[in-house]
Amino acid sequence: MKIAVCVKQVPDSWAQKKMSGGVLDRQGVDAVLNDLDEYAVEEALRIVEANGGNGEAGPNSITVISMGPERTTDAVRKALSMGCDGAIIITDDALAGSDALTTSKVLAEVIKNGSFDLVVCGTESTDARMSVVPAMLAQRLGWAQLTFAGSVAVDLDAKSLTITRITEAGVDTVQAKFPAVISVVEKINEPRYPSFKGIMAAKKKQMDIRNLSSIGIDAATVGSVGAWSSVVDATQRPPRSAGIKITDDGNAGTELVNFLVEKKLI
Amino acid sequence: MSEIFILAEFSGEKVAKTTIELATLGARLGSVTALVLAPTGGGAALAGEINVGPISKVIVLESDDFAKHGVQASASAISQVVLENKPSALLISSTAFGKEVAGCIAVITDSGIITDAVDVDTDLTATQIIFGGSTTVHSRVVQGTSIITLRPNAITPDLTPSSPEIIQANAAIPDSAKQALVLSSQPPVKEGRPELTAASIIVSGGRGTGGDFAPVEAFADALGAAVGASRAATDAGWYPHSHQVGQTGKTVSPQLYIACGISGAIQHRAGMQTSKTIVVVNKDPDAPIFELADFGVVGDLFTVLPQATEGVRARKS
Repeated sequence: MKIAVCVKQVPDSWAQKKMSGGVLDRQGVDAVLNDLDEYAVEEALRIVEANGGNGEAGPNSITVISMGPERTTDAVRKALSMGCDGAIIITDDALAGSDALTTSKVLAEVIKNGSFDLVVCGTESTDARMSVVPAMLAQRLGWAQLTFAGSVAVDLDAKSLTITRITEAGVDTVQAKFPAVISVVEKINEPRYPSFKGIMAAKKKQMDIRNLSSIGIDAATVGSVGAWSSVVDATQRPPRSAGIKITDDGNAGTELVNFLVEKKLI
Repeated sequence: MSEIFILAEFSGEKVAKTTIELATLGARLGSVTALVLAPTGGGAALAGEINVGPISKVIVLESDDFAKHGVQASASAISQVVLENKPSALLISSTAFGKEVAGCIAVITDSGIITDAVDVDTDLTATQIIFGGSTTVHSRVVQGTSIITLRPNAITPDLTPSSPEIIQANAAIPDSAKQALVLSSQPPVKEGRPELTAASIIVSGGRGTGGDFAPVEAFADALGAAVGASRAATDAGWYPHSHQVGQTGKTVSPQLYIACGISGAIQHRAGMQTSKTIVVVNKDPDAPIFELADFGVVGDLFTVLPQATEGVRARKS
C-alpha cells in the first residue's frame, strides 16, 4: 500500500499573523508543521502499522507531499521523523500567492503520477482555514472523497476503507474503494512525538524537491497571477477595547443580567 | 438584475436559519434562486418549506444519490445547474458540508471560491475576518461564478413570508461522483442545545471550572445558548472536543459570548474574538481575556453564574 500525506508549513499558531501585499507575510514568523496535519501523519502511520508496517518493517510506504516556500523542508522533516519514508516538495517562486484551487491542482499533479492508494490530509490549515483542499483534491483526481474522518478502517484485501465522518450534520459511516482521499479530524488520534532514533533517521531520508517545470505546470497559471480570486485589500483590525469591569461584591450575577438586558441580548 | 443562487439546507424538514441568512444577503446582490437537493419524490415537500425570506425562485433537484453518495454527488448536480444558468454568485453556508461542496463546485465549474465571508458587497467583493479576528480582508472572485461561503450569524435574516416559484430540474450524476458510499447516517446527538457554530449565544467554560461544567450548562440553558469549552478543558477530558472553541477547534462569532473561567490564551481568542458582545467571568483580575470583555466580572463563576442563571430565569418566567 502506498500512502501520500499532504502537509503544509504554517506560521506558528501563537505567532501574530499579518498580511502584506495581499498575501500572508511569512517573513519573521516561526514556521511549523500545521498542527492538524500531524493527525494525518499519525493516522497514515497507524494504517500501515496495522497492515504490515513501512520502511524496513514492511511492504508499505508513506510519502509526505508539500507545496510551499523553500524552508517547507523543516515541517516535512518533522513528518519524516515521526516515521514517514520520503517526501516530495514542490517549491517555486511563481507559486507565491496561490489559492486553494492552485494548491489542489499542484498536489493532484504530483499525486496522480505516484500510483498512490490513499491520500491522507488534515481537515484544514491553521492559517488559511478553508477546509477545501482535500475535497478539491479528490475532485481533481476523480477519486472517492472520505473526509472529516473520526476513524479509519482499511481492508487491504478488498482494497477498500470505511470511515466515520464527523461533522456538525452528524455522524456518517462512509465506504469506498482505493484510491481515495481522506481527511482526518483532530480527535482521531494522539500524534506521537518523534523519537531520537526517528529524528536521526529522518536526516537520511530522501526529499525530492521539484519545481513547476519538472511537474509540467505552466508558471503563468499559478501564484497570484493564476489565482481564481484576488485580494482587494487587507487591513489590521483595531484591537477590541475593554469595557466595563466589576469585582463581585455578592451582586455581580444580577449586574451581569442587567447588562444583558440593557444591551437587549435577552 | 443578476441572478444569485443559494444552496438551501434543511434541519429535519425545516429550512435552516442559515439558508434565510444566505437569501437575505443574496437579495442585496440580485434575484435569489434557492437550490433544493431532495430525495426522489421528496422535492415538493421540501420546496414547500421555503416560505420565508427574499427568495424568488426554487430549483428542485431530486435524487437518492445525494444521501447515498454525499458531497461529490451533490456538487456534481449543483455544478450542472450552475453551468447551465451561469448565476453571478453561488452562496453556501460555511459548514463542513457547505465548504466541501463549494470546493468541488469550484473545481468542476472552473470558478473562484471565497470561504467564511461575513458580508458581500453589491460588486461581489467579499469581506472576511481572518487570523483569529485580527485582520479584515476584502477579496473578489476573478473567474467564473463567485462561489462564496457565508459564516452563520453574520447576516440578520429577513423573515418576511414569501411564495417562490418552484421549478423541477434534472441532474444526471456520473459514476465518478458515486465512489463514496454512505452506509449509515446519524443526526447529531441532540443535547437540547443549539449547535455551537450556529448559536447566537455561547457560554464557554475553561480551566476555572475545575471540571464541573454544571453552572456553565445551567446558565447556557437559561439563555437558550450553546456550550463551548477552552482547549484546556477539552484536553483535560472535562468536555467533548467537539465543543472546543479556538484555533484548533471551532471558530465562532455569536451575538453574545460568555467566557467563564477562561484565561484567554491567543489560541482561544482566535476562535471567539469576532463575537459581537463578550462577557467574561474570571477569578483572576489579570486574565488577558478581560482585554476583550465588554462586560467583565472579577469573581468566582460558581457564585456569579448561579445568581445570573436565577436572574435570567426570573425575567423569563
